Amino acid sequence: MSKKKTEDVRTDVEQDLLKRDYSIGEILKERGVSRRDFLKFCSAMTAAMALPASFAPRVAQALDEVKRPTLVWLEMQSCTGDTEALLRSANPTIAEIVLDILSVDYHETIMAAAGHQAEEALDKTIAAFKGKYICVIEGSISMKDGGVYGSTGGKSHLDRARQVCAGAMATIAVGTCASYGGIAAAVPNPTGAVGVREAVPGATVINLPGCPVNADNLTATIVHFLVFGKIPALDSHGRPLFAYGKRIHDNCERRPHFDAGQYVEHWGDDGHRKGFCLYKMGCKGPATFHNCPSQRYNEKTSWPVAAGHPCAGCSEPGFWDTMSPLYKRLPNVPGFGIEATADKIGIGLAAGVGAAFAVHGALNALRKDKEPVEETKEG
Amino acid sequence: MPNQAKYKRYIWELPVRWTHWFNVVSIATLAVTGFFIGTPFSFGSSASDFTMGWIRFVHFTAAYVFAISTISRVIWSLVGNEYAGWKAFFPCVTAKGREKMVKMMRYYMLMDKEVPETVGHNPLATTAYFALFLLYVLMILTGFALYAQHAPNGIMHKSLGFMYSLFSDQGMRLTHHLSMWLIFGFIINHIYSAWLMDIKEHGSEISSMFSGYKFTVKKED
Repeated sequence: MSKKKTEDVRTDVEQDLLKRDYSIGEILKERGVSRRDFLKFCSAMTAAMALPASFAPRVAQALDEVKRPTLVWLEMQSCTGDTEALLRSANPTIAEIVLDILSVDYHETIMAAAGHQAEEALDKTIAAFKGKYICVIEGSISMKDGGVYGSTGGKSHLDRARQVCAGAMATIAVGTCASYGGIAAAVPNPTGAVGVREAVPGATVINLPGCPVNADNLTATIVHFLVFGKIPALDSHGRPLFAYGKRIHDNCERRPHFDAGQYVEHWGDDGHRKGFCLYKMGCKGPATFHNCPSQRYNEKTSWPVAAGHPCAGCSEPGFWDTMSPLYKRLPNVPGFGIEATADKIGIGLAAGVGAAFAVHGALNALRKDKEPVEETKEG
Repeated sequence: MPNQAKYKRYIWELPVRWTHWFNVVSIATLAVTGFFIGTPFSFGSSASDFTMGWIRFVHFTAAYVFAISTISRVIWSLVGNEYAGWKAFFPCVTAKGREKMVKMMRYYMLMDKEVPETVGHNPLATTAYFALFLLYVLMILTGFALYAQHAPNGIMHKSLGFMYSLFSDQGMRLTHHLSMWLIFGFIINHIYSAWLMDIKEHGSEISSMFSGYKFTVKKED
């Protein structure tokens, strides 16, 4: 009875899929993906996961055999940019189809069901697949005043996250907001926004920050799950090392210009037209760990630095606060007002100290001191 | 001037002087190269140049020199003479030390006319040096933590892991940058005070950092 009702909210294709226990390989075949394209996809994913090319057949074999896992996608305080990044590519990619197949159970933005029906589907899914489903969360979670500033279906995001993450095999926080709170957590953070890890401390969370997340990294993380049955190796900020293990600066295509000392000084100047280093324009590449230079966005079309814009450091904890001003090298000094740079304060400090001692020296020069004598002085 | 007999005394041992001058040279190098790294101008004429690369190389080499010099001085504070010993850097814990600090402070604030003579470091100076030492530690830790990011999960990156939880990446850069200005403020103070005391004490304050000898009114403490 309950199974029947859950199925009501699914599309015909999905209902068909549910009836038979398909493997990912079979589903892709059914959707018209050629074997050649499937193997190409497997090679690309192997590369994205930073595995040697010899792993590609293993990835293909695993995807051929592995059963379709359940995935629910929750929207919290977000702009839906990560979903957009996933869906707005010019041509549907295999990655998209894989995610489409995965996300049939619940995705607020793209699911057919709405209202109570949708909520019911989610409750049923997480009850039926307890401990076996993957939860994807997009957007930050409001913690202030008991989490009243964000809710879906009458339930606060915080409660929803606790409920869904608790039963999930793993939670993937997509985008910077879900990972670290993002722009919603920027000062003064009126809603007390935090990332999923902070909101639900007990959950197994993989952070995939970025504004938006690179869809390839999301697919690769899910493929890693499917192939190895466990979460990828993470860094201290909870990010998979295969995607966030290297600094943008160290893989940047403009790096030779940095080492040479060739910099863009003004927007549209000669250096900018020649593709010089954007370091002086406030590029946060030296402070940001992400695979943008190699993976790029929108089917490897481009990424900010390739397009002539400095890296904003969007995938780091503390973005936005610690990465602003976006077009300056260093943050402003807290407590000194807007535009108070470290150098202005430093020069002021040095000048102040110099002036104080100059006055002191002048006063000392004018007066006659007593010299130390043996009777009056101790060592 | 019969009551102004001066006694020549060996105060600064060789390691104290060497680490002092190594610090001077490395800090000057680090400050200049650090300024270029923070605010480079376009000194490269072709993409095959390596100007910024060399500046960074010099900065990192000087950083190693500075770190080794600082560590050596800490070790010497355990094995050196009483003037170099670590106890000299905490004068405020003893009543005598506090009394000397007050005297020195009164002299600096132009309240007393009598120059308080000190054989080794003066107690106000050592207190400032301890604060400076903390700045050195901060500079070394933030500097090497930023440097280690070129090799994530290497030995240096892993052993400085706690730094990345204490600072954001940009916060670390700002701290590293601001601390340089604080050290610069100290240097102005330090040179002025050495110059002032050299004039007032007639004890060869400045040349003692080269020779190791100071001239004192009293024969012993």
